[in-house]
Amino acid sequence: MRLRDLAHARSGDKGGTSDITVVAFDAAAYDALCRELSPDRIRAHFADLPISAVDRYELPQLHALKFVLHGALGGGVTQTLNLDAHGKCLASCLLALSIQAEHESPHD
Amino acid sequence: MPGSVRIGAGAGFADDRIEPAVELVERGELDFLVFECLAERTIALRQLERRRDPAAGFDPLLRDRMSAVLAGCRRRGVRIVTNAGAANPHGAAAVVADVARAASLRLRIAIVLGDDVLDLLDAPDAISANAYLGSEGIVEALDGGADVVVTGRVADAALFAGPLVHAHRWARDDWEHLASALTVGHLLECAGQVTGGYFADPGVNDVPGLADLGFPFADVGADGRIEIGKVAGTGGVVNVRTCTEQLLYEVHDPARYITPDAVVDFSRVWFTEVGESRVSVHGVDAGAPPATLKVSVGSVAGFVGEGEISYAGPGCLARADLALEILEKRLRDAGLDAAQFRFERIGVDATRRGADAAFPHNPAEVRVRVAGRVRTEADAERIGREVTGLWLNGPAGGGGARRRVTEEVAIRSTTVPRALVPTRVEWVEV
Repeated sequence: MRLRDLAHARSGDKGGTSDITVVAFDAAAYDALCRELSPDRIRAHFADLPISAVDRYELPQLHALKFVLHGALGGGVTQTLNLDAHGKCLASCLLALSIQAEHESPHD
Repeated sequence: MPGSVRIGAGAGFADDRIEPAVELVERGELDFLVFECLAERTIALRQLERRRDPAAGFDPLLRDRMSAVLAGCRRRGVRIVTNAGAANPHGAAAVVADVARAASLRLRIAIVLGDDVLDLLDAPDAISANAYLGSEGIVEALDGGADVVVTGRVADAALFAGPLVHAHRWARDDWEHLASALTVGHLLECAGQVTGGYFADPGVNDVPGLADLGFPFADVGADGRIEIGKVAGTGGVVNVRTCTEQLLYEVHDPARYITPDAVVDFSRVWFTEVGESRVSVHGVDAGAPPATLKVSVGSVAGFVGEGEISYAGPGCLARADLALEILEKRLRDAGLDAAQFRFERIGVDATRRGADAAFPHNPAEVRVRVAGRVRTEADAERIGREVTGLWLNGPAGGGGARRRVTEEVAIRSTTVPRALVPTRVEWVEV
């Protein structure tokens, strides 16, 4: 299954750094996300972006993970040639990620 | 909630819709209404406008917004706070005064100053330098009886924290209550983003009535209790999911959301749905802020030239690739620096650099885009003209060509000691 079957997501930006919030639909999905969504996995998914580092923060009470993608937006909103200068589309792109299903999705 | 104060978000960015604010004023039973109109680079862009026209430099929609809400706010006792002053808070206050006079309204307008720190920095290339102020100037203005408070750069959350600190008379080191005030600010600062905007994904997160999205308000008790809601009958939804996305929006370490008023800890926040589109917020915490203030420094960064052209039907992708090949050669031959260019296909790999192999690539249409950063306006014009030139000289069936040139500003961040940035309030009476 894809990440979109387990979670919704939102991206934001500060300078050249993109941040993506991934919110699991339930506790079981959150466990799967914690297991599957390593910073390395996120970085590999966006291999064509100039990311220097990925931080991950866990918010179990919200079933949410926060990823901070340093450098992802190049020079940031004011210095990038990106069509989507803010990286607003990146959260949706992340939802294409394949997830191994030890978990039964609420949509199955 | 008895003794609670209601604060609404009338705009979450400079181009935001105007009607939701009118709805909040007329039916929202507000005490305060906040218009947040400054993104990261807005002040630098407004400074460029002010260089061309000394009377400009504030939010261009301010007159329209004030004309739409000012009479209703005066009638209902709703007080307004806005950072629409941007690079010219005095000019913005003059517009508010003008709108008040035209409607025969009496008004006490406060201007919060001190964010412009360009003179403090040794930055010869800078066109603007603005410190992110905390809520103290806004509190002083409201304590002094302001009906409308106009600011330049103030931390977005402080625009909301100011009225709450003023109304509940919270102390500047009352971290527990400042945590509530700033969390409200963060949840409301993007207006419709907590009521279902930037959220809908059909089949996953369905949102009713997005065309008539209602903007949010918060009820905040003297004890710091928070409930987020919106006007009944408006479009959109407030639920745990919309609040979760907005709480973490543009936050890096959730345990350290740094503002000039306090460092807020969102890491243990949770939400409960307590009614239809009504969410209660729990678990906020905060501690003392840093001794320095963040400063955004703007400088001119040359020009960006862009051009786009569409190809459709069988073989459109191959024709788009041929178009890009032609553009690359011609721009390289023109002696422009090719390292500063972007060549891409909208519909394939423009918002998502590097085509995703998981998706089939048989588009019905594709749009070629070239963008380049150059030093002169003439070179930027050249880039777009190479694209429109494909109309007669490029692959078959190129259509809908567009070009544009943008003067760019770059933003960098630094910090200054808080003690060097005194806030002051000036007054305009109508």
